[in-house]
Amino acid sequence: MGFRRTCALLTWAAMTKITVNLPQSSRRGIDVKDLRADFPILQTRVHDKPLVYLDNAATTQKPQFVIDTLKRYYSAENANIHRGVYTLSQHATQKYEDARTKIRKFINAADNREIIYTSGTTESINLVAQSWGRANLKAGDEIVLTGMEHHSNIVPWQIIAEQTGAKIRVAPFNDAGELLMEEYRKLLNPRTKLVAAVHLSNSLGTINPVKTMIELAHQHGAKVLIDGAQWVAHGPTDVRALDCDFYAFSGHKIFGPTGIGVLYGKQSLLDAMPPYQGGGDMIASVTFEKTTYNDLPHKFEAGTPNIAGGIGLGAAVDYVSEIGLDRIASHEHELMQYATRALSAIDGLRIVGTAKDKASVISFVLAGVHPHDTGTILDGEGIAVRTGHHCCQPVMDRFQIPATARASLAFYNTREEIDALAAGVLKVKEYFA
Amino acid sequence: MSDLRDLYQELILDHCKRPRNFHVMAEASCQADGHNRLCGDKLHLYVRVENDVIRDIAFQGDGCCISKASASVMSEMLKGRSIAEAEALYTKFHDVVTGPPDEIPDVPELGKLVVFAGVREFPVRVKCATLPWHTLQAAIKNDAKPVSTE
Repeated sequence: MGFRRTCALLTWAAMTKITVNLPQSSRRGIDVKDLRADFPILQTRVHDKPLVYLDNAATTQKPQFVIDTLKRYYSAENANIHRGVYTLSQHATQKYEDARTKIRKFINAADNREIIYTSGTTESINLVAQSWGRANLKAGDEIVLTGMEHHSNIVPWQIIAEQTGAKIRVAPFNDAGELLMEEYRKLLNPRTKLVAAVHLSNSLGTINPVKTMIELAHQHGAKVLIDGAQWVAHGPTDVRALDCDFYAFSGHKIFGPTGIGVLYGKQSLLDAMPPYQGGGDMIASVTFEKTTYNDLPHKFEAGTPNIAGGIGLGAAVDYVSEIGLDRIASHEHELMQYATRALSAIDGLRIVGTAKDKASVISFVLAGVHPHDTGTILDGEGIAVRTGHHCCQPVMDRFQIPATARASLAFYNTREEIDALAAGVLKVKEYFA
Repeated sequence: MSDLRDLYQELILDHCKRPRNFHVMAEASCQADGHNRLCGDKLHLYVRVENDVIRDIAFQGDGCCISKASASVMSEMLKGRSIAEAEALYTKFHDVVTGPPDEIPDVPELGKLVVFAGVREFPVRVKCATLPWHTLQAAIKNDAKPVSTE
């Protein structure tokens, strides 16, 4: 069954509330040209040149299927959820909860109660830091982070550490951007209560050995939160295989809408945690004397959520699942190798982050040229890369550079686009020769 | 449609590759730091003021081409000028880099500084061009707090 017919079938099924199991034969291979046609923005031009979108680590582009899902929601399905007895509200609730089921299956969680909708990875981490943290951390306890964390997986821990008297310890990485596992191991001790680590680094592209890190942490009685914001779009995620205690990711980095994300947490942990935000929906009953809280997952979902966002994320999960994350991973691996070779060949260009195990992200510096200038000149060629510290100031400090230029791939990027990037970098060099 | 050549004009490229007055100044009467942390432009400005006149001005630091060139051209333009003249020039410079792209005014007093008019088409880079000037204000006022234009 072709993809568009599958989408039509899913749409019909959603409207008639019938569950559809996608047949194996409809799993698509990576036909990049075909897939690119699904993404309207990839057909646009910038400065009269085709857009070469290489900033997927910042946000991914959206397939028409997701855009149509959002449009249909607001045109024909919008109502507040979990409240109304009328059809439209029940229908919206069904779609929102069906999306939760899709997400649960996508990361192989055991139960829908373990899938909390949040506004994104940042809120997910803040939720754990404040809710789990306040109930479980005391003075002298230790939180282990890695040196390559994004600010969203540093600052919430700094805040709770200050509030509770806990201490932050940092596991270092080498010049290639690889975590020093021996040093990580040495940091773990009976006082370690939590390890928070990134699955795929947005600044270095390093894939951390999270399964091993989790095993080691558990041996010391510590819980583990994994920041999966970058990873989920580049390889399969199985929270039970990893045995992580918490896993956080964002919708907009996996071809879904902005303003929506997920916190996965083991049910026993979430059950024991106090609420994060108070308000409607997270309660069972309210009096001025006493309020009781709702069950999972609603205990952590106060207020009217990003309903369209949740449904849109469900559609995005359907879209990538159709292609298959394992297929995406192996396709991107080849493209990464091509891109790494092409950029390494440029005299004066140094790739920052050369771990053996990498995905998507190629950060680089060009001798004698500030990344800001690199980015502006590349923009003139229609190429979108990010320049700056990528919310990883400690990483930049470690390499003693103010910033890098960063190209980050998704499955819809092509070798031609890599060629354009390389040609653009040569043009930058010309300006500054 | 903005042309990169408008931003990276010959003069700007020359000044960023070979910045003028790019050295430490031992006899500075005032100094200040400018740092746009988010983008990585960093400079330290040295100024020697005597009787309200800028006798000498120098800078050190690392940053993008626009910020370096801006500091370099500024240092050339301001040597020998009074503080009042420097402040008046800054106001005109600020207008030139932040106005609407189609209406670049004719401001002869700006001299070479008018080359930064191209920054109008690249609003993200305005802070790079203005950082040295804001840092100068801080130096003159003996403000110890590092300046940022972010």
